[in-house]
Amino acid sequence: MAKIEFRNVVKRFGDVEVIPDMNLVIEDGEFVALLGPSGCGKSTSLFMLAGIYLPSGGELLFDGHVVNEVEARDRNVGIVFQSYALYPHMSVRDNILFPLRFKKTPRDEALARVKAAADLVRVEELLDRRPSELSGGQQQRVALARALVKEPKLLLLDEPLSNLDASLRLSMRTEIKSLHAQLGVTTVLVTHDQIEATTMADRIICMRAGRIEQVGTPDDLYLKPSSLFVASFIGSPPINLIAGEADGGTVSVNDVRFPVDGASGSVTVGLRPEHLRFSNTGFAGRIAQIEPMGREILYVVETGMGAVRVLEQGSAAGHSTGEEVRIGFQPENSLVFATKGQKLIAGAHVRAPI
Amino acid sequence: MTTTADELTIERRGHARSAARRRTNFVIFLGPAIVLTVLFFVVPVIIDIAVSFTDLSRSLRISEFTTEQYEKVFRTDRRLSQVITLTFIYVFGTLAIFNVTFGLILAITTTAIRKVSGSFFRGVWLLPRMSPSVLYILLWLWAVSPTEAGLVNQVLMQAFGLDAPLDLLTSAPIALIIISNGFIGASMGMIIFTAAIRGIPEHLFHAAAVDGAGTFAKVRFITLPALRWPISFVTIYQTLSLLVSFEYILLLTKGGPFYDTTVYALYVYRRAFESGQYGYGAALALFLIVIGVVVALIGWRFFDMERLLQRPRIEVH
Ligand SMILES: Nc1ncnc2c1ncn2[C@@H]1O[C@H](COP(=O)(O)OP(=O)(O)OP(=O)(O)O)[C@@H](O)[C@H]1O
Ligand SMILES: [Mg+2]
Repeated sequence: MAKIEFRNVVKRFGDVEVIPDMNLVIEDGEFVALLGPSGCGKSTSLFMLAGIYLPSGGELLFDGHVVNEVEARDRNVGIVFQSYALYPHMSVRDNILFPLRFKKTPRDEALARVKAAADLVRVEELLDRRPSELSGGQQQRVALARALVKEPKLLLLDEPLSNLDASLRLSMRTEIKSLHAQLGVTTVLVTHDQIEATTMADRIICMRAGRIEQVGTPDDLYLKPSSLFVASFIGSPPINLIAGEADGGTVSVNDVRFPVDGASGSVTVGLRPEHLRFSNTGFAGRIAQIEPMGREILYVVETGMGAVRVLEQGSAAGHSTGEEVRIGFQPENSLVFATKGQKLIAGAHVRAPI
Repeated sequence: MTTTADELTIERRGHARSAARRRTNFVIFLGPAIVLTVLFFVVPVIIDIAVSFTDLSRSLRISEFTTEQYEKVFRTDRRLSQVITLTFIYVFGTLAIFNVTFGLILAITTTAIRKVSGSFFRGVWLLPRMSPSVLYILLWLWAVSPTEAGLVNQVLMQAFGLDAPLDLLTSAPIALIIISNGFIGASMGMIIFTAAIRGIPEHLFHAAAVDGAGTFAKVRFITLPALRWPISFVTIYQTLSLLVSFEYILLLTKGGPFYDTTVYALYVYRRAFESGQYGYGAALALFLIVIGVVVALIGWRFFDMERLLQRPRIEVH
């Protein structure tokens, strides 16, 4: 098990600076998720941990030791690639055995460990097959077994669930989480799926264009997103963002006025669909669209500030299209961001107009 | 109203049309290849067989039909066994040392280094293949010239203090024909192997590195297994082309000294065109044709060439 530290880590490819300056501590045994949109440098960060890429600057530490120059094979990390990267010409058994070849593990012990790893991810029936004879989910498990068989001190997962169908993804999510609980190995999960990150990880590192935007528990990121970017990345359906002018205790958006505490100037108000509800007071609108989502119903409401999404619990719609409604919310659920700099204004809240 | 009979007629007409289309496609796509095969393979083979049963010689007059040429092949030509042994050494030596092994080494090393330098080195290796054979062999003749001016002798005498110049053309002619052919032959393997190596997904190498593999282990466990089919292909293809080609040897040593570097194909040439024994040359050539066809067929089965022609199974997400 290992404690990981990035100290001012820089990564360049030629002239392109992909990671300008990364600082991060991952505690021993923690399960963290690197979350961010495509191309933000998640895989690059992960590959630096694996030793596949070397940092162009700064220091990378495992348990307090600088590992910048330590080769991949000497780092004792296990990695599952987005495309699994199983060796196509080897059987599943040989794939899982492969890391042990280089550790001079005695044959009997190696085979026993292969068996144990295969049992752990439930692929013991498939040991004699080739990767091409496996389904996506099975390949993913084999890749996981190969990563785990050498008992790594760090487990890296690069979008391991992105090739799976929805139901398999759900069950693998649970399995990976319980594997982590069972083995206690420090785990870094790369994903661009916020639900994957919030359901699996103890902490989320939200990245944007090579920089860490915010680090925190899933709750932190949901309740106190430090920036507009995080607020819009976390939460589904996405948060409503309404730009307006705060002046003398009110935020004006077109002809709608929200009483506000603790903010002035150009602001963006963030209201999560699940925090909005239909009531007798609040701002007015007309229901334009209804999207049933199983246990919830998403309403798209046309208001004086543009379209606003409202999520309502229950499986039957209590309202119909074209209906005139008013929308209210609890002030403590509202978020206010400075439009300039896009940062959260801590402690600032708006109230629903009456 | 259309009746069932009408529909059937329409359907049948459709079938007839698609059958006609298939026939036209067959002619359009395979026609040229068939014409070429007939013109340059079937017809010459028939002529060759016919000539081999005559006593055609320099006078270009056929006086009788005879099996005398085949008697010569199997009974009286004592030189033939030496020629065949040499051919084996030449083909397998060139193939094993250069066309496959050296080609492989070139491909692996030039893909491992920086892209620009890799392409540069491969370009250099391709140069002799693109230059005329005569020019290429002239350079070799200069390099191994038995005087002090020869490149090899210059190096040996100046750098290693050799006293008198070596005459490699008489002292090591077999090595010389293998090396001069191999230098060119390796470039084909190099190109094919390079393309195959490029086709290996990069993440396999990453995975192997993380799993503990060093450079040699990566070559052994990732690169070589992916090259199985390209290696088979190059082996078969080059065996055949080495068996039948002799122009470099003819230019470099003329098959000599004496018959020391006369491989089978060159022997056929020397018999037919130097000694004017056309009938005998034709009989000898027939064996070359048979061997060529047999090697190709064995290769087809043994190396599973059919799979080489299929879509790659490597998965890319
Ligand atoms: N080998 C490389 N050479 C040059 N640029 C690269 C290389 N690898 C990545 N990049 C660039 O670095 C940036 C980050 O890439 P990275 O693969 O880390 O993104 P990612 O966050 O994993 O995205 P995705 O979710 O699409 O996998 C991208 O802009 C990419 O173009
Ligand atoms: Mg990636």
